[in-house]
Amino acid sequence: MSGEPTRAAAFPVDRNDVELIRGAHPPHWKNPIPNGPYNLVVIGAGPAGLTAARDAASLGAKVALIERGLIGGACVNAGSIPSKSIIRTARLYADMRDAESFGGDPPDHLRVDFQRAMTRMRQIRQRISRADSAASLVSEGIDLYFGEARFAGRDTVTVADSTLHFKKALIATGAHPAFPAIPGLVEAGYLSNETMFDLTQCPPRLLVIGGGPLGCETAQAFCLLGAKVILAQSDPMFLPGEERDAAQILSDALAREGVEVCLNTEVVAVRREGANKFADLMRDGDTTTISVDEIITGVGRSPNIAGLDLEEAGVAYDASGIEVDDYLRTSNPHIYAAGDVCLEYKFTHTAEATARIVVRNALFRGREKLSELVVPWCTYTDPEIAHVGLYPLEARGNGIPVKTYTVLMHDVARAVMDGEEEGFVKIHVREGSDRILGATVVASHAGEMINTVTLAIRSGMGLHALADVIHPFPTQTQGIKMAGDAYRRTRFTSLRRRLAARWLAWSRR
Amino acid sequence: MLRADPAALADDELLDRYQRAAFGYFLENVNPDNGLVADTSRPNSPCSIAVVGFALSCYPIGVERGWIARDAAARLTLAALRFFQTSTQGSGQDVTGHKGFYYHFLDMRTGLRVWRCELSMVDTALLIAGMLVAGAYFSGDNDDEAEIRQLAEALYRRVDWRWAQGSSPTLRQGWKARSGFLHYGWEGYNEATILYVLSMASPDRPSSDGSYEAWTATYQWENIYGHDVLYGGPLFMHQFSHAWIDFAGIRDAFMREKNSDYFENSRRSTHLHRDYARHNPYGFDGYGENLWGLSAGDGPGGFRASVERRRHRFSGYAARGAPFGPDDGTIAPWSYPASLPFAPDICLAALRHLVDRYPDVIDNFRLPSGFNPTLANRRKFGRNGWVSEGHFGLDQGIAVMMIENHRSGLIWELMRSNPHIRRGLGKAGFTGGWLSRPATGGRDVR
Repeated sequence: MSGEPTRAAAFPVDRNDVELIRGAHPPHWKNPIPNGPYNLVVIGAGPAGLTAARDAASLGAKVALIERGLIGGACVNAGSIPSKSIIRTARLYADMRDAESFGGDPPDHLRVDFQRAMTRMRQIRQRISRADSAASLVSEGIDLYFGEARFAGRDTVTVADSTLHFKKALIATGAHPAFPAIPGLVEAGYLSNETMFDLTQCPPRLLVIGGGPLGCETAQAFCLLGAKVILAQSDPMFLPGEERDAAQILSDALAREGVEVCLNTEVVAVRREGANKFADLMRDGDTTTISVDEIITGVGRSPNIAGLDLEEAGVAYDASGIEVDDYLRTSNPHIYAAGDVCLEYKFTHTAEATARIVVRNALFRGREKLSELVVPWCTYTDPEIAHVGLYPLEARGNGIPVKTYTVLMHDVARAVMDGEEEGFVKIHVREGSDRILGATVVASHAGEMINTVTLAIRSGMGLHALADVIHPFPTQTQGIKMAGDAYRRTRFTSLRRRLAARWLAWSRR
Repeated sequence: MLRADPAALADDELLDRYQRAAFGYFLENVNPDNGLVADTSRPNSPCSIAVVGFALSCYPIGVERGWIARDAAARLTLAALRFFQTSTQGSGQDVTGHKGFYYHFLDMRTGLRVWRCELSMVDTALLIAGMLVAGAYFSGDNDDEAEIRQLAEALYRRVDWRWAQGSSPTLRQGWKARSGFLHYGWEGYNEATILYVLSMASPDRPSSDGSYEAWTATYQWENIYGHDVLYGGPLFMHQFSHAWIDFAGIRDAFMREKNSDYFENSRRSTHLHRDYARHNPYGFDGYGENLWGLSAGDGPGGFRASVERRRHRFSGYAARGAPFGPDDGTIAPWSYPASLPFAPDICLAALRHLVDRYPDVIDNFRLPSGFNPTLANRRKFGRNGWVSEGHFGLDQGIAVMMIENHRSGLIWELMRSNPHIRRGLGKAGFTGGWLSRPATGGRDVR
């Protein structure tokens, strides 16, 4: 986090934030006094920690939950919830500007009220955090401790003045934004994808460094809220790892909305002169300098492991996080990890899913595996980009012949009605079969649509059977079924056609 | 404007007009002193090395069609080959190339790198392919033709393809002295097959044997609009390598797995572009049964505008593709002659529609790089919308070659006999079709 000059206020910004703190880290909180060993001590009250603590407690385990900051972790306080709340407001402005294409009248004077958007976000954040308030956790039978957790041995954790003994422990401390090492960036001041939610006014000119999911979401949202945004990405495409057609559509969408897209571009130096920040952008050896008011960056996330005294507990880790086996066990067999602190894919939903595995494996001798999870993910730009399972490149790399059934959203009736026809559904199957290997959906509601495919993969359902699943008409998820229909049409081989024709001819006699 | 009534012309006559008009580009835009050909017909255009490759491939066609005398064609060819042979190579400034490759754009007079452009692997491959056509065609005994053969071979052999892989399994696309290899994503099928064929066949400095397979590992086989295709968005990706190599009936491991071939794939991709235009999801003017074809080419410029209550972003020179875009309503009409061998019916119908409906965008049978009817009577554009100024050498070259391949198969036949091409295809894993028959040992087409 940067304490350098930016236009952001200090958290808490308004009474919603104060209210949030009251629930998520009540002032004058009194930690409980430990009474014998715990079945499970959970460190970190983000999505993973909350899920594990609740699941374990509901099954009768004696559970301690330790949090040093706010309950809810990055997701509620500085991640998905605030960012998607702001994206909703950004989409509203996009729709107002675009009113004509929906048969409406655009407002005469469209003035973006940035403060109102941010206040709404804070209200939502506070409201959602209420479900996880300290009081509600206590009422569920969880011993809630606030303070820094440190391991004092292989089965001992200290927090504040207390020493907690455990049979099993879960490290779920999450991760924090990592920053590119750009000369002058720290001195010039910048915002991370966490501190940007403390902005009180929209920066007129904004440089976003990094074209991963967060960078693209941020660039688009601020552009729609009226900032002049430059998005610099060192790779030749946005969303590295995503399918190129998905990245292409996103690139086009960003450019159409007015984001200045700089691919293959490295930010090599930043400096500050007065109110202006200057950034040197290098592309193919040529350098150009731009002037902006604010810089937002965050390329990846680093695990929160400092200060845990992991060595005391014999827990191995490296720069990418805590090392776990497929059962999410660390090098200390009594200690597990879940969520961002140990996973490559740092999502709220994977944090929760892994926490569930840990409860079963740690407390009930379960043998559930991380590698067996079917994990979808979604980038919440407009259009959204969602994926589950294998990419064709991965499949081919593993020697699996793959064929993709593609449906364009402009062929999906409801998408046309909604004026949301940008994007596609691609479902990848093993060539010669209907076994679904993976899928990518680019659509306004791709994050909702992908669930059908995840369910199909999870339940072993093939693409052929998916065509038989009746979807209410008209819905955009019909695009998934249409891929099944496309698969089915290719199965009408000439032999089958001939046999069918002969049967039908005979039937006419 | 057209000087003849195209509707009265039979198909072959019509194609002859288009082909001859396109061929004229090279004679009008060549520097006879060094054989370099301008990228476009616009004033002060530099040379594009790929356009030289097309020119070298088109001269034999001109000779066969009687549009240029054989000795004149040989002289132009020789001027280019001698220029590249003697041009300065090296990693410094003020050079023409490096490691046997050439910079993408060169000064028309001095032949030195311009615009701080990149050393281009695929454009060098297109240039070398043109040299090999020249070497195969000019089989005469006289000194000029003997020198053409000798220089073409030498210039091909000196390219250091292995170097162009850097430390990666596939070939890099570009290189600059200051920043090294450019890391543009080059995932998926595109126009580079000829690059791999030439690089793997190199007798002295070949790319690694696995380089082609490493590239094809990024291919994506898709069912789109009911077509099973190896996807490549812009149409030129399905045309450029095909101008030199007849892919009908020959298959690599990928196409054997898919029970298809690259020629058939280009046919389907051509139809896919037409289907996309029929869908016309963004409601662009003119798109339909006979107006289709998105490709790399000139465009109206970078601006955003609302047309019929829909917001669009228009671009300048860009690679446009279907069905995933980008698409700003700009059609590349040279796609029709360029896809002619794959899908003659729909290409001819589109060519006829073009002269019938948009005669003003055609300059005496020569096709522009692009035009955009959606912009008709908008901004500063006239009733035909935006029309690209002048002409682009790449578009004219591919038109000449593909019309010829459709009419006589001349270039394909010349290249089928070329031992480098055959060896490269073999190393890339291609088998069957004409590859299973012995080379004819060069066709004497005089």
